[in-house]
Amino acid sequence: MKFGVVVFPGSNCDHDAHHAIGKILDQPVDFIWHQSENLDGLDAVVLPGGFSYGDYLRTGAIARFSPVMRAVERFARRGGLVLGICNGFQILLEAGLLPGAMLRNRGLRFVCRHVWVRVETAATPFTAAARPGQVLRIPIAHSDGNYTADPETLAELERDERIVFRYVTPDGRRDESANPNGSAADVAGIVNREGNVLGLMPHPERAVEALMGSTDGLVIFRSMVQSLIRQPQVTA
Amino acid sequence: MSDTTHPQPATGPPAPAEPVVTAEVAAQHGMTAEEFDRMRAMLGRDPTFTELGIFSVQWSEHCSYKSSRVHLKRLPTRGPQVIEGPGENAGVVDIGDGLCAVFKIESHNHPSFVEPHQGAATGVGGILRDIFTMGARPIAVLDSLRFGPIGEGSGVPAAVTARNRRILDGVIGGISFYGNCFGVPTVGGEIRFERGYSGNPLVNVLALGIARRDGLFLAKARGDGNPVVYVGARTGRDGIHGASLLASAEFSEQSQQKRPNVQVADPFMEKLLLEACLEAMASGAVLGIQDMGAAGLTCSTSEMAAHGGTGIEIDLRLVPRRESGMTPYEIMLSESQERMLLVCDRGREAELTGIFRKWGLEAMEIGRVTGDGLMRVLDGGRTVAEIPARPLCDEGPVYARPIAPPAPAASERLAEFGLEGETLTPALERVLASPDVASKRWVWEQYDHMVRTNTVVGPGRGDAAVLRVKETGRGLALSTDGNGRWCRLDPFTGAMHAVAEAARNVAASGARPMAATNCLNFGNPEKPGVMWQFSRAIDGIAEACNALRTPITGGNVSFYNETLGEPIDPTPVIGILGLLDDASAALGMSFRAEGHRIVLLDGAGPDGSGAVDRGRLAREFSSSEYARTVLELASGAPPAIDLAAENRLIDGLVALASARLAVSAHDLSDGGLAVALAECSFGTEGLAPQVECSGNLPVEAALFGERGARALVTVEAARLARLLELAAQYGIAAYVLGRVGRGDFRLAYNGHEAVRAPVARLEDLWSNAIERVLTASLPVAG
Repeated sequence: MKFGVVVFPGSNCDHDAHHAIGKILDQPVDFIWHQSENLDGLDAVVLPGGFSYGDYLRTGAIARFSPVMRAVERFARRGGLVLGICNGFQILLEAGLLPGAMLRNRGLRFVCRHVWVRVETAATPFTAAARPGQVLRIPIAHSDGNYTADPETLAELERDERIVFRYVTPDGRRDESANPNGSAADVAGIVNREGNVLGLMPHPERAVEALMGSTDGLVIFRSMVQSLIRQPQVTA
Repeated sequence: MSDTTHPQPATGPPAPAEPVVTAEVAAQHGMTAEEFDRMRAMLGRDPTFTELGIFSVQWSEHCSYKSSRVHLKRLPTRGPQVIEGPGENAGVVDIGDGLCAVFKIESHNHPSFVEPHQGAATGVGGILRDIFTMGARPIAVLDSLRFGPIGEGSGVPAAVTARNRRILDGVIGGISFYGNCFGVPTVGGEIRFERGYSGNPLVNVLALGIARRDGLFLAKARGDGNPVVYVGARTGRDGIHGASLLASAEFSEQSQQKRPNVQVADPFMEKLLLEACLEAMASGAVLGIQDMGAAGLTCSTSEMAAHGGTGIEIDLRLVPRRESGMTPYEIMLSESQERMLLVCDRGREAELTGIFRKWGLEAMEIGRVTGDGLMRVLDGGRTVAEIPARPLCDEGPVYARPIAPPAPAASERLAEFGLEGETLTPALERVLASPDVASKRWVWEQYDHMVRTNTVVGPGRGDAAVLRVKETGRGLALSTDGNGRWCRLDPFTGAMHAVAEAARNVAASGARPMAATNCLNFGNPEKPGVMWQFSRAIDGIAEACNALRTPITGGNVSFYNETLGEPIDPTPVIGILGLLDDASAALGMSFRAEGHRIVLLDGAGPDGSGAVDRGRLAREFSSSEYARTVLELASGAPPAIDLAAENRLIDGLVALASARLAVSAHDLSDGGLAVALAECSFGTEGLAPQVECSGNLPVEAALFGERGARALVTVEAARLARLLELAAQYGIAAYVLGRVGRGDFRLAYNGHEAVRAPVARLEDLWSNAIERVLTASLPVAG
């Protein structure tokens, strides 16, 4: 089993994801350069946080045209696990691998703090090791996390249980005050129809060591590992 | 005209004629008649216009330290831990296991007033380049900020308050924009608001990086014939004379017109430059490297040649530009950001270019290292400047400017005591809600303070920021401190307090203070009163750094912080770096659990509280945060300082953390004991101090006095005896004040309940104060 962490120019959480997977979970992991179209031998790809291409024009708007994204699309179509964190989520939206779009945060400011998100479904490879309803304390750090989509898309996401994480209060209740950016339906993370592409604004790679204040992000990576063990990828 | 042949040859295509240099033109460049003569003597002829530009920036106050140099010599700069001291791009200290910490603080005050967002952003960019120029990867940024009042009723006109708010908003936005995109966590610092900073905010940025000890790079041009390579952003007309005109002169009413002198920031470009430079340095193809900061190409070429004992020749026709029609003068003086100059090992140019191309950056060979000691600037075939590099850098003017202490103050109003038995709850509430004391959450939530996943103690969680070193598991602690009000009242004692407070904060986090960096913000050095403040502050820093064994490894002097002739409070800001053998032993300030005992440690020892000199007490209390907020006074003197007591406390705090006896620690500073107790209970989901203490001081002084060398720690009840024993071994007095409970904050003094309030209420006042102040409407200016 092998993870790949994509490095776009301007990625700045690439080392953190690499550290979490390689050092904390002790899983094999490689950096993937944005100009590479080769994801051979990988079982899961992480699009890390940061400011790819300076987030000029619009968050993720330029990164989606990089060569590696063509490979990521093929990889996803074949059922490979793709995890987009923060800027990675924004890129997945721009690439059309996930539906919807991001607006500036409700407060129009960058927000960095720990938030609480509820696991809405354990029926995804990213949450298989979690309890439905489990509340995770994970940091966010973004200016553009205000998820939006047309009403039909939101209804479909809701109906198909594709809203995987929602912002909640520490005791797990939905409340406007618990939503840090104004996202529609308190969305913190969603998955594609096939269930193998997840985008989320919180940074699970920042919540893998008690020394950093939380280990609640581990369950997402562990779920991925567990799912891959159960159902190994046919490599491309 | 010149009687030499240099630099006249015009073999290249004709260029527009440069203005003739006269003493008058030199004066417009901020050069005195003596400096003009000195320049001509150094050249042995009249300078060209480009040369005049080069001299004027190189000899500006900002670049040459001409007014401060004679005083800076008094600072201690050596120690076994110091690998590189002042003079390099940043200070370097040994942190064990073959690694070193590279850190420095620098100001970007004037640009941040003229254009707050870009000014602050480029301040962050500049100090980050200083760090990675040395081969270190930046791992943290702290900001020490000063603004004018932002609240209504601060005694300044509403229009000024509104402008102060805009400056605050722009500066925070600029820091956030740059650091977040670059990917370095902004983990701490401090913010204060005082009237004197209304027309002249301070933006001091400290950056910390980590390098391998054998992978350090210095700004030296070596090896005759080696290529000189320009990398990074293209050169434009932005920032010309940023160093000489913006940073080296006072402000007038026309200062906003200097906006074109402010540089424009591109953190994405800097991120690419970081990765490419670190990769290039690791390849071995780079022999020397210098960032283009103040005075751009001028400083980088002349300083690399001067430090390397060599010369450098560059051709401006080869410099990548983003604007057409730039003159040699403009190219040499541009302060366009995100640029670097490096010396490549000859024969490895292609390898180097390949690395930069991989990161989407241009690398252009623009010249070579020479053996003649000259900084030679060509424009095509024409020589436009030819200056001996070392004299230009090292033999500039140095001034021992006149010094005069201020006239003794007329009789001033001092604090009066006499509230024994009365409740001080409303006073505590006011102090907690004052913007200086209140939580800066509104600010630091706009900073990514966690990226790189090393932040063990982040903003608002402890007295110092603590970063883990992934390679070794050790911890680095950092704190910046400086109290302009105290330095105005007594620059010597005030400066000592800045050092002591920063060191105490680092020790409270469990780290041993090891080295310092300083940013010295003062008014116009041509005024003897300002120079006296400066000299006294240097003496104070020197004495405290010597006593606390924290040598100064670098920093920056910022003079001319005046608008319309009004200087700021003298504001030396000290950053202290400390080392923890194990990052997991770091302490935060918050109470941890109900039932833990609260202990006040006093480095002054058991004899610290002898007979009370009421007169002295009143003077010292008049400069406190309580006096400012509750009594509306800022007079008297800072508290007397006892450096031996500070040392004992520091040693004791480090020992208590390393023995894992203390589970939280917080020093007593602004607002004294009462505020410290409150801050320890915030963010703890309902824990509250239940404290009874006694003494021979008036109650206000006992609860809100700001005498140094004191800290609060908490400890499990079962381990209290062991803690007291260890404290005694270090000669520290330890008073068991009470226990951590729940619900109400309770503080009794000499048997009377002095403060009682629900913690939730106090926390709301403290936590939301800045947002409340910023959203409160101001009266329409009349």
